[in-house]
Amino acid sequence: MAISFLDNNEKDSIMLKAAVLKNRLGSETSMREESQPEQIRASFLSDSVFKTALNVSAVFMLLILAGIFVTLVLESIPSIKAAGFSFLTGKTWDPVFREYGTFVFLVGTLVTSFLALIISIPFSLAIALFSGEYFRQGVFSSFLKSAVELLAGIPSVVYGFWALLILVPLVRTFEMKAGIIPYGVGILTASLILAVMIVPYSASIGSDIISLVPSDLKEAALSLGSTRFEMIMKVVFPYARSGICAGILLSLGRAIGETMAVTMVIGNSNLMPENIFSPANTMASIIANEFTEATGDVYVSSLIEVGLVLLLVSLIITVTGRYIINRTSMQQ
Amino acid sequence: MKRSIFFYILIILAGFNAQAMGSELIGAGATFPYPFYSKLFDTYHKEKGVKINYQAIGSGGGIRQLTKKTVDFGGTDAFMKEKDMENASSPILHIPTCLGAVVVTYNIPGNLSLRLTPDIIADIFLGKITKWNNKRINSINPQLKLPDMNIVVVHRSDGSGTTFIFTDYLSKVSSEWKEKAGTGKSLNWPAGLGAKGNSGVAGLVKQIPGSIGYVELIYAMSNNMPYADIKNRSGVFVKPSIESVSLAAEVAMPDDTRVTITDTGATDGYPISGFTWLIIYKEQNYKGRSKEKAETLLNMLWWVLHEGQQLAEPLHYAPLPKRVAEKGEAILRSATYNNKKIL
Repeated sequence: MAISFLDNNEKDSIMLKAAVLKNRLGSETSMREESQPEQIRASFLSDSVFKTALNVSAVFMLLILAGIFVTLVLESIPSIKAAGFSFLTGKTWDPVFREYGTFVFLVGTLVTSFLALIISIPFSLAIALFSGEYFRQGVFSSFLKSAVELLAGIPSVVYGFWALLILVPLVRTFEMKAGIIPYGVGILTASLILAVMIVPYSASIGSDIISLVPSDLKEAALSLGSTRFEMIMKVVFPYARSGICAGILLSLGRAIGETMAVTMVIGNSNLMPENIFSPANTMASIIANEFTEATGDVYVSSLIEVGLVLLLVSLIITVTGRYIINRTSMQQ
Repeated sequence: MKRSIFFYILIILAGFNAQAMGSELIGAGATFPYPFYSKLFDTYHKEKGVKINYQAIGSGGGIRQLTKKTVDFGGTDAFMKEKDMENASSPILHIPTCLGAVVVTYNIPGNLSLRLTPDIIADIFLGKITKWNNKRINSINPQLKLPDMNIVVVHRSDGSGTTFIFTDYLSKVSSEWKEKAGTGKSLNWPAGLGAKGNSGVAGLVKQIPGSIGYVELIYAMSNNMPYADIKNRSGVFVKPSIESVSLAAEVAMPDDTRVTITDTGATDGYPISGFTWLIIYKEQNYKGRSKEKAETLLNMLWWVLHEGQQLAEPLHYAPLPKRVAEKGEAILRSATYNNKKIL
């Protein structure tokens, strides 16, 4: 109770400060026409400059996005004309006989990303709880936090190399024991490395959100006799749900666009994958593989259209994700 | 603040100016001959003082850059098709610079030296022969005891001149391959795994027992990988080497050298060999280029066809046979500036 009393006190003091600030601002606006006109003009000027700078950079961001989208659409026109809707449903990608269908890559991208997401969620939630709830301070916790952040900073080609040298042989040994053709590379390997790569995103956002859950709520739960586990399940998760989901969404976006590490371990086969051990291919990786040597209008344009589809897929996933997050947080 | 910005602009402008003034050539294209080219251009810079900047961005990129006229010359492992040549605003010349070859590498326990015939290679890559102890493989390797092991095909996933040469060969020796997969820098592979670059293919082949793949001869040589002897059109099993690759070019060919020499008719030639070319515009006066620049470019290419050839072998590239170098000379002589000969 002492803490919540303190909290109230804190709240009061913040309110007080806000009121004082409001007063001061109010008096400043009223003083504007009166004394010290130069100083006020200067501050007014810097304010408007700041605001304009903000607006410009915001508009600039939108312009860049629109620019990328328009370029992709314009450059895809030859391919859209040539293939039409069958570009999305076609299962054959054959540059020699000029048949371009992206369905296999679409499947590859979605399957690897969602599989990676499923693998990563338990780990990222555990890390988030560990550093956001159980061990908020201390040497080990800060070590864990910086280690997780470091993971996010490793270049993807390094992940790819590591996967090729360590993960692929491990998966191969497993496949040999399980009696599957021991490729070692394939959807499962790609998803595993993707999962490692995206854990830092959802984990660090999750831990920040979890540490923001108000302690009076948690204490209320504890004082009503719940165990720590019950408190986490019934108070912390519901409260932090939308933030955790946002972190997971961000990590999904990262998984969908990841190129280099996936290319190195997915097996790059343009045939429809039969199971999660099969080699496959993703949209990002087909672009990375074939763009440098692509010649001929329709071929280059088809690769650009793959980029356009990739952009649209991320857009759809982000929008649906936001929608789901908004709905769940409304229900709260 | 303003002054420092002004200075920066001045420095940048000065940089541009120096580039325009000095004798510098810019090229871009094929990655396969890049080690050879960088040695060539470095030596040329030391001897003649002409700086040459070559960006290894891939053959396709080289062709695109030349078509857009952003470079003085391009480099390509696959000659430009008639259709691509029509896209360029004026005729393009192909100058052969050296030869490369593609070898079939494999991972069979026991470090065996394997012999292969064209039809076996085609059927392996088509996914029709799936075991190493297949009768057909055994019959031409009677001295080997091949294991009862699955064959895992490994191919390049990135578009590459290596793939082009290899599939061009397969299309020539197997009509089924020609119908199902065809010739190209990237294609719809009927079987197997894809890996990025020579290093990617080599890595997978080394890791997966029973695998088979293809890499550049240079790469296999410098990494001590096993590679198969291949039966050529004359019925001889040829070991890939710099000599047997050079020999492969000893065949009749058109004057513009735009030809693939895979499945060569030369008796001792290695059948999966090919040229790599530098490409330039025939009419050198475009986009306000000076005559001096055109001369610098052609002199450099002339040097590549002659003195430069000695630099090929130490780097495991096969030098051009004399007859081909002579054809190259004739091609260079046909280049013009304002419709007048340069050399």
